Amino acid sequence: MSDGDIPGVTVTAGPPAESPEVETRSRRMTLNMGPQHPSTHGVLRLELELEGETILSARPDIGYLHTGIEKEFEVKNYQQGVTLTDRIDYLAPLSNNLCYCLAVEKLLAIEIPPMAQWTRVMLTELTRLNSHLVWLGTHAIDIGAMSVFLYCFREREDILRIFEMYSGQRMMTSYFRIGGLALEPPRGWQKRIKDFIDVFPTRVDEYEELLTNNRIWIGRTKGVGFMSVEDMLDLGVTGPMLRAAGLKWDIRKTEPYSSYEKFDFEIPTRTENDVYARYLVRIEEMRQSARIVKQALEGMPEGRWTADAPNVVLPDREKMKTQMEALIYHFKIVTEGFRVPAGEVYQVIESPRGEVGYYVVSDGTAKPYRVHVRGPSFGNLQAVPCMVERTLIADVIASIGSMDFVLGDTDR
Amino acid sequence: MAPEELNRFPVVKALGEVAPGALIGGKYDRGELTLEIAADRIVSVCRYLKNEQQFPRLSTVTGVDWYPQEPRFEVVYHLHSLERNERMRLKCRVPGDHPEIDSVTAVWRGANWYEREVFDLFGIRFRNHPELTRIMLPQDWEGHPLRKDYPITGPRV
Repeated sequence: MSDGDIPGVTVTAGPPAESPEVETRSRRMTLNMGPQHPSTHGVLRLELELEGETILSARPDIGYLHTGIEKEFEVKNYQQGVTLTDRIDYLAPLSNNLCYCLAVEKLLAIEIPPMAQWTRVMLTELTRLNSHLVWLGTHAIDIGAMSVFLYCFREREDILRIFEMYSGQRMMTSYFRIGGLALEPPRGWQKRIKDFIDVFPTRVDEYEELLTNNRIWIGRTKGVGFMSVEDMLDLGVTGPMLRAAGLKWDIRKTEPYSSYEKFDFEIPTRTENDVYARYLVRIEEMRQSARIVKQALEGMPEGRWTADAPNVVLPDREKMKTQMEALIYHFKIVTEGFRVPAGEVYQVIESPRGEVGYYVVSDGTAKPYRVHVRGPSFGNLQAVPCMVERTLIADVIASIGSMDFVLGDTDR
Repeated sequence: MAPEELNRFPVVKALGEVAPGALIGGKYDRGELTLEIAADRIVSVCRYLKNEQQFPRLSTVTGVDWYPQEPRFEVVYHLHSLERNERMRLKCRVPGDHPEIDSVTAVWRGANWYEREVFDLFGIRFRNHPELTRIMLPQDWEGHPLRKDYPITGPRV
């Protein structure tokens, strides 16, 4: 031991390993990423087999957040089920509310008044902004741009306050109900939305200033996370991922629901099909969503916020106190719920993450016989191995971040 | 056989011609087309629909338990054609005492996780599935929670 060596540590000097084959084999390793890794945003475990820094195989392990929501639907009545849909995807509760309500309304064959439909569109688009903002902020943190997160959460806070004003809740809003909206829109909503939507486009400019031409951002995201459109379709990938691969498919346009056909907006697409393109698509989607919110604000129709369906929608408090019939309906709806004609429907909508589908089977009673939720994150996450295999481990974070999955939506 | 009125759908007519006997029922309800397929023909029907009828997407696979009816389980497939902007539902009935059906993972790779989920939560086995293990619940879990005879609450502790 010479002077300057650390006591207790023996360093064996010798020539480097002679056979490169031996050296390579010793470098192969299995790495568990998660379930508590911060960049997985929830509890996802990725089993990576590495050779050096190259990923040989990846295996996502999910189910950590499975809460049996589909089972729970079967013991709740239809209206109570709305509260479960909030808890599936904590970044897009209103999208899930909407899809479930549309499915049950299709079974009931009830017509929703235009005012409720437009409010639904407006709030669902704010949900899209909310979700994309959280995605952008956390995705940027993962890649190393800390400050974007603070900017994004500034606007997200405004959106959550709007939700709170509408429903009394910031996240688990349950504001859409079967038959319309839970409450009459609050007084002064126009000003709150207008104040927000007037400045929001300039905020998007701010995010873009931080990232779009940022050399480090481009270096970390361009050319990373490629996957062919055929693979995506085959594996069940939907949403902005597909649009960044050049496929112009958006359910809001192809199968319009809740009067989306009355709004004027573009579907942004890119053809580069990498993490950077997905970023650009989502940024443009935010601008388009802001346009939709603006149109909804300006053209909001007058009228009721609930459907004319006394056996489904709770009567007004005032009527309940003065009219016998309203009191009876109120009693029946509260005690046993409403019966839904037997049948089955599969309703899909475009959530911030892609195609959300609710398959609702009714046997004619007041509780759903079966509800299956097709979460977009589940389909997207399945494509992780296809996307990250044979790439570098440092790119995994950027690649899976660009998928924008929510584990609650995956595991349900 | 599918009801006569469904023959106005080109896909039903074509299916009846290329795979006689595979189509054992169906309905058109609330704007949605449902076809009931003989369980042993599901893979060939799916392959035909994907390759010849432009259904490149399998939106989801799930199950329904009709306990105590027999055949007890229904495996439900939701297909989507981007080109024609059409959706379709396929259904197969499988018996309760030995629930088994062929896997469609060879047709759509995306069926992999959906079938694992159905296996996990309903206990329906998918033949020729590359990795038929539980996906939501721990590997040593007993029972299949989405079955109707599985209790909603556990014992008090």
